[in-house]
This record gives sequence, C-alpha cells and structure tokens, in this order.
Amino acid sequence: MDNILLDFPILHQKINDKRLAYLDSAATTQKPLSVLGAVEEYYKLYNANPHRGAYSLSVKATEMYENTRSKVKNFIGAKKEKEIIFTKSATEGFNLLAYSYGMNFIKEGDEIVISIAEHHSNLVPWQQVAKAKGAILKYLYLDEEGLISHEEIESKITEKTKIVSVIHISNVLGVINPVEKIIKKAHDVGALAIVDVTQSVPHIKVNITDLDADFAVFSGHKMLGPMGIGVVYGKEEFLMKMPPFLYGGDMIEYVWEQEATYGEIPYKFEGGTQNVGGAVGLSAAIDYLNEFKMEKIEELEKELVSYALDKLSENPHITVYGTKDMNKKAGVISFNVKEVHPHDVASILDSYGVAIRAGHHCAHPLMRYMNVNATCRASFYLYNTKEDIDQFVNALENTRRWLGYGSK
Amino acid sequence: MDLNSIYSEIITDHNASGHNKHHIEGATMIEKGHNPSCGDEIELEIKIVDDRIEDAGFTGVGCAISQASASIMIDLIKGKEVKEAKELIETFLGMIKREITEEEELEKLEDALALKNISNMPARVKCAVLAWHTLNESLNKK
Repeated sequence: MDNILLDFPILHQKINDKRLAYLDSAATTQKPLSVLGAVEEYYKLYNANPHRGAYSLSVKATEMYENTRSKVKNFIGAKKEKEIIFTKSATEGFNLLAYSYGMNFIKEGDEIVISIAEHHSNLVPWQQVAKAKGAILKYLYLDEEGLISHEEIESKITEKTKIVSVIHISNVLGVINPVEKIIKKAHDVGALAIVDVTQSVPHIKVNITDLDADFAVFSGHKMLGPMGIGVVYGKEEFLMKMPPFLYGGDMIEYVWEQEATYGEIPYKFEGGTQNVGGAVGLSAAIDYLNEFKMEKIEELEKELVSYALDKLSENPHITVYGTKDMNKKAGVISFNVKEVHPHDVASILDSYGVAIRAGHHCAHPLMRYMNVNATCRASFYLYNTKEDIDQFVNALENTRRWLGYGSK
Repeated sequence: MDLNSIYSEIITDHNASGHNKHHIEGATMIEKGHNPSCGDEIELEIKIVDDRIEDAGFTGVGCAISQASASIMIDLIKGKEVKEAKELIETFLGMIKREITEEEELEKLEDALALKNISNMPARVKCAVLAWHTLNESLNKK
C-alpha cells in the first residue's frame, strides 16, 4: 500500500465485501489522520470560546483560530488576514455576499452575470437578489465542450453588469473556466468579480491576488478538512462598506438598547460562536496539502483523468460530457451509460465497492442545458490510484448486464 | 447487498417494456411526482369511471426502480375500485417500511412483491415509492 493511503484509514475498509474505490471527492474528501488528530487534540486540550475569556484556554483557542486565518491567507495568496472570513460552508459564503453586498448595492435594472454551470449555491442566492431588487440575472452559456467562449464573455458582460460570479472549476464537468479573462472583463466594465473556488483551491494552485478576484468562496471539507468550515475571501475596500450578514454575538463593538456598532472586519461578518474545531482541522488540512504539494496533486489528477478517459473510451455504451482537453480539465468526469439511469449505475457500482455520485450535482439548470436528466460523476483526489480506476471501469462493464441489456 | 434481489427479472422487464408508459386518452386525473434530490419525475394519468380505475399510464424519466415500480403499480390498480387501490398503496408502503410482513397480506401486491427487498437499500427506497405516493396524492384529491 502506498504511504499516503496509510493516512486515510477510511479507505482501507471493505464495502459490500469489496475493496473501496472512493471516487466522490468533489462531494467531500476523506480526512487524513493528521486532520482528525488535530480536531481531537483541540477538543481534548484547548477548547474554549475564542475572543472572549481572559483566561489561558480562551487565549489559546483564539490563537489557534486566528492562526488558521493566517494559514488560509497564505495558502490562497491573499494579502491580509482581515480579508479572510470564516463561514460554515460555501453556500453560507454566497449568501453572505448576496445578502450583504447584493441586497445593498444592486439596483433595479442592474445585471448580475453567472454561468449556466453554477452550483446552486452560486445561483439561487443571486436569483433572490435579482427578484428583490428588480435586477436581471444573465447566464454565460457553454459550447459543446462545456467551455465558456470568448464571444460569450464579451457579449454578456456589459456596462449594465454590476456583479459577475462564476465557478472556477465545474463540479459537474471538471472544466477549468477562463476566470482570469472573465475577471478582467468584469473589471473593465466596472463590475464586481466573484469566483467560486470550491473545486479549484483543493486541486490546483490558486493565487487569489494574481487572479484579482474581488471575492472568492470555498469550503474546507472538499480539501481534506472537516465539514462545517468554509471561507469567504474579500478585498478590504468592499468588506469595509458592506453591512454585517449575521447579527448578534461576537460581531459587535458596542450595543445599546436601540443601537449597536459593529466590530472591525473580518469579525463583523463572523456572528455567533465560530467553529474553532473546524478551523483547527482546516489548518491541519492545509499543512497536509502544502507538504504533499499542490503541483503534485494537479499532476496526479491529470494522470488519473486521462487514464480513466482512455479506458472509458473503449466502452461504446459510455458518453462522457465536457472537454477532453487536458489543459482545461480537472479531476472530475461526468458520464452516462446507455439505457441505464445514473442512480442504477451508482447502486450497481456500489455493490462492486465503487463510490460515485449520481444525480444532478446541485446544478439543475446545467442538466437542463445539457439536455440530460442526471449524470454519473467520478471525481479524484490525491489518495486515488490507477487501481481505483481499473476497479471503476471494470465494474461499469457490468452495469448494462444487470439491467438485462446484452453483455456489456 | 445482493443485486440479484434488487434488479430481478420482474424489475428489469417492467423497466425495459414500457407497456404502461404512455398518455391516457380521456384521463380524469393527472398528477406529477418528483424526487427533488435525485431528479426523478413522473406524470401519472388515470381515467376513473364510476369510482373504478378504468385505465392508467405514466410518462417521465427516472431510474429502473422508479420506472419499474410505476409500471408494476399500474398493472396492479387497473380495473380496481378507488378504495381498493388506496388499500393496495397502503400495503405497498407498509411493505417497504417493513410494517407489514405477513405473506398473506402481501400476496395481493402481486408483481409489486418484487420490490420488497428495496428496503435493504435505503438510498433507493424513494425511487420505489415515487409512483405510489403520486397515485395516493391523486386519489386523495378525488
């Protein structure tokens, strides 16, 4: 067994008496022992409510929480700690932006531009803003390969556009979008540029300062961290003028009977007791990724994806969606098996120990646009091997037979 | 989990045959059923004459379990009185929830008995019950 697999005990178990091939890291990744250990150690030795007590434990908890902020800042190449806000999830992150920025700065007739490939978390909140403010929600559509064309960017992002919010790497197609170009175009027309980096930060080196995004959103559990911790990056100049999102504990400066003033950024956006255990786990996750090296993850995933695409192309009953250009493709493969519904494929693969996702992947509009009801999705991470892919491809060969269609 | 007990011949035959997958001329009730978490959608069409289900069919998309279950259900309820159909729905849901286990009681479900083992696959229960819940909704509106 490779050394790295020793760090992930969950992957050693048998599922339905078969070796487990976990191919659903785009939904959530498994956690290495170092992350599990860090969380356990925090609750065993350091747990206290941060930013409150004058006693040693609370000071220590505060320090651990703030150290993670600093680590996240360095990991994504941001400039200031105060530009990093912790949330519980990427969905909460987009709601923060929609409610705090969208609801206050978007006016009637303004346009918000997103892509048709957005995860619901970067779509439904903007629908709400558009409805409440009388703004228009416009979509960047995809070409046959799942890519956003230059013409689409140029024609949809106009002087009327006030917010552009796009996914960096599609959680359905694995396509890497030209976000540099989109951000630049947004800035050229004076619009705010937001990037959903939930599927990119865990898998490729992302430098938020080089990208020049005004905001970026991601979650910890898709990058080896625990569930319940997410991040919003925001440029100071915008965070300063935005009102708080969640009001109450910990986010205030002074409170009177009828009035209150709010803390500095980032604290004014972190109402309520924060998930310090989650932050500590995220910190350990970032250490793990740094040690492994992001360049190596990218390289490994490319190798796995092209190996899998080659194998899948040998099966005439399989349709793979999205580009096969490895320069524009990350570790996610969406596909369908002829005449077999994705849920049946996933159930059948499960009986062979292979865990894949089936369904609409929180992207109904994209499914409709692609003219499919649902797809199967296999996604990879640093603990996956060619053996996982062989097991997956071999199990796929059997799916049609289970539904009573011929041999393959 | 034994796939043979889930993807049995009855299930795969009903899934592939599509003999109940069509519109019903003169349908008196049309009801949509949807599983938002997985995207399965069916539309059930029923023609009720004098409190009897004279004809029924369905359209839509979904997995083999949901499609077969809809087809099996239609075979079972066609020609039955509304009251009888409601009892069959109750028995079917009871079987899936493992609340009804007496074989004698379950026998009246005929081919739908093939879906009994779906209760071993919690992730797929919602697929098996979609059509039955949809029919229930429709009959309760009557």
